[in-house]
Amino acid sequence: MTENNKKTLFINDIEVEFDKEKSILEVAKKAGIEIPTFCYRPDLTQFGACRMCVVEIEKRGIQASCTMPPEAGLRVYTNTKKVRKIRKTILELLLAHHDRECTTCSKSGSCELQKYSFEYGITNIPFEKIKEEDFIPIDSSSYSIQRDMNKCILCGACVRACREFQGLSVLDFYNRGYRAKVQTMANKNMFDVDCVNCGQCASVCPTGALTVKSNIDMVYDLLLDREVKVAIQFAPSVRVALGEMFGLKAGENSIKKMYAAARKLGFDLVFDTNFSADLTIMEEANEFVQRVVKNENLPIFTSCCPAWVRYMELKHPDMLNHLSTAKSPQEMLSSTIKEFAPKFYEGVTKENLKVVSVMPCSAKKYEAKREELKGQTDVVLTTVEFAKMIQTEGIDFNNLKEEEANSPFGGYSGGATIFGASGGVAEAAVRTAYNMITGKNLENLDIQPLRGVDSSSRSKEAVVDIQGKKIKIRVVSTLIEAEKAIKEIKEGKADFQMLEVMACPGGCVNGAGQPISCKDARIKEDRMEGLYKEDKNLAVRNSHENPEIQKLYKEFLETPGSKLAHHLLHTTYSDKRKGSYLDLK
Amino acid sequence: MTELKSSIDFAKIDKILSDCSYEKTNLITILQKVQEIYKFLPEDAITYIGDKIEGLSPATVFGVATFYAQFSLEPKGKYEIKVCDGTACHVRGSLPVLEAIKAKLPMENGKMTTKDGLFSVETVSCLGACGLAPVVVINEKVYPQMTPEAIEVIIDTLIREEAN
Repeated sequence: MTENNKKTLFINDIEVEFDKEKSILEVAKKAGIEIPTFCYRPDLTQFGACRMCVVEIEKRGIQASCTMPPEAGLRVYTNTKKVRKIRKTILELLLAHHDRECTTCSKSGSCELQKYSFEYGITNIPFEKIKEEDFIPIDSSSYSIQRDMNKCILCGACVRACREFQGLSVLDFYNRGYRAKVQTMANKNMFDVDCVNCGQCASVCPTGALTVKSNIDMVYDLLLDREVKVAIQFAPSVRVALGEMFGLKAGENSIKKMYAAARKLGFDLVFDTNFSADLTIMEEANEFVQRVVKNENLPIFTSCCPAWVRYMELKHPDMLNHLSTAKSPQEMLSSTIKEFAPKFYEGVTKENLKVVSVMPCSAKKYEAKREELKGQTDVVLTTVEFAKMIQTEGIDFNNLKEEEANSPFGGYSGGATIFGASGGVAEAAVRTAYNMITGKNLENLDIQPLRGVDSSSRSKEAVVDIQGKKIKIRVVSTLIEAEKAIKEIKEGKADFQMLEVMACPGGCVNGAGQPISCKDARIKEDRMEGLYKEDKNLAVRNSHENPEIQKLYKEFLETPGSKLAHHLLHTTYSDKRKGSYLDLK
Repeated sequence: MTELKSSIDFAKIDKILSDCSYEKTNLITILQKVQEIYKFLPEDAITYIGDKIEGLSPATVFGVATFYAQFSLEPKGKYEIKVCDGTACHVRGSLPVLEAIKAKLPMENGKMTTKDGLFSVETVSCLGACGLAPVVVINEKVYPQMTPEAIEVIIDTLIREEAN
């Protein structure tokens, strides 16, 4: 950009340059001033609902900075007496209608309402407190999400997330004015509606109104039970996000400290979901190659994301044949170790082994409860829950000595680690499918067009030439993008043979089980970079070259897709629309 | 409302949807037409519409249905009494008229329809007939310059007609 078309405005009398920023709030952020807000979320449309972000602009008066576009020469003040007074009143009004039992709230400590109330010194609410009889019952029906509408401040972030990311609108505004609420269709339980458990509503919620359900107590019970052996596994994207809870930068890989922390917490066996991500690739790539050879059930859909699987079962039960039958890595590891760990680890039997998984995801909690997968993964924790356990036990995470996972079932390739980002599963699958067909590895393992987790990368494509046959891969994140791909297939316009879907925008790095990242779109990109960095640095980058995987096939499973592999590592899907509230007539 | 499930004729709703070309921008019209059939918006009809129209969901349609006062989630009476409470009617005494109706037609707490399903009562904002204030409309028939006494007579007449 040349000097003369540089545009600037003034924030608190400091000249700030702006370019593509859509609002004053974003320009201020660039200038190092964080304007308080509840409803501003960079990955969602701006809503201007909470008014917390008001600023005073010379000759324009009081304006909401999240919806006010920047203009050259504006003089913006973010901290005048008037602004402060308005923000305090907003907080008081929100708190008047809020269940203020902070100590027992699952969002305590990371709640934005609590944070701003503290920062603005709210000590007294001049309005009447919400009456006991006006309390709305808490909805804990879902395996993944808890809904407590007494904590809702009507910022609409959840409504936008469900509509703009997933196209589902399971939650929407109901009624108007003073009686307005956010709720499901006719206030049904979350369990009874077509929620896919992705949890994005909870990850953008500024308060404790929508939270991911906690299963920590179940894990403590297992750890204290002398009769059982407890194994733990960590999903790919957990390793680049958990550190944020301990002051590390997003993207910093702390997996080896996580292994050490798990042993300190009392887990008997420490495994890695990355191992089974490699296993998933073996099974899924084989399935893909078979389908291409037979030219049936194409394009193949990946099946790692339980929110996506549920979406298919609810919305497109006629297309379930496209889904890969391979279980997700979480479930593959659980069934593999329940079957084979007793052969390798003393004192472990099929009956006494319990598996806890640490996932970036709320939908994994639902997945573990699926009828088809019962009894495999015993408890699912989120990244945040595992970090909480470390904090509760007083473990000095940053100074832990790095440890290795148990072997077998702990070693992994670079192909596995990139599972955590949108495009990673497809990239790893192509690396292995290429080898399965040609007997050689891809010359360049990096499939750049499939990478990227920002909002412009929610639908990506790459073409790979395998022995003269051009294979086209579509990668999408968010279900609204997935729906577009499905529409193309139904209309006969789809020219791709593989469809990778992750329900969360950007993939698992941005899952609902991860530390809060909804206010900064950069965080998920940093996490993604952490994953590709590990892939680059690992000696083994192809799933089929993971020595532990090779050994597992040699000793037990024989070949991908074998009878035993099918029995252990594959699953079934069913029409879940039938019998749901959508099943009318 | 589940007991009404079987009473919904989805073919009729399909007809309305296709007349409105399954467009989400026509939602208000669709809901009005459905309400014409049932005198209210049954839950299953809302679910069905939200599921069938691209870009909408049951929760969203439910949100629209509860946002506008013109839509009702409970059955309305055979006689829909609308008492105008716009500014002109209000100052000319619409509230005493409303009180008279409520005294005449006792309704359960929070309900707007009588138990026998004969009458439902609601207030509406300006009907645009301020010169005739206060105005009451019963099933599209306009009754001008109402008084508590006059409305009682009208209701009695309707009850008598029903009995015959």
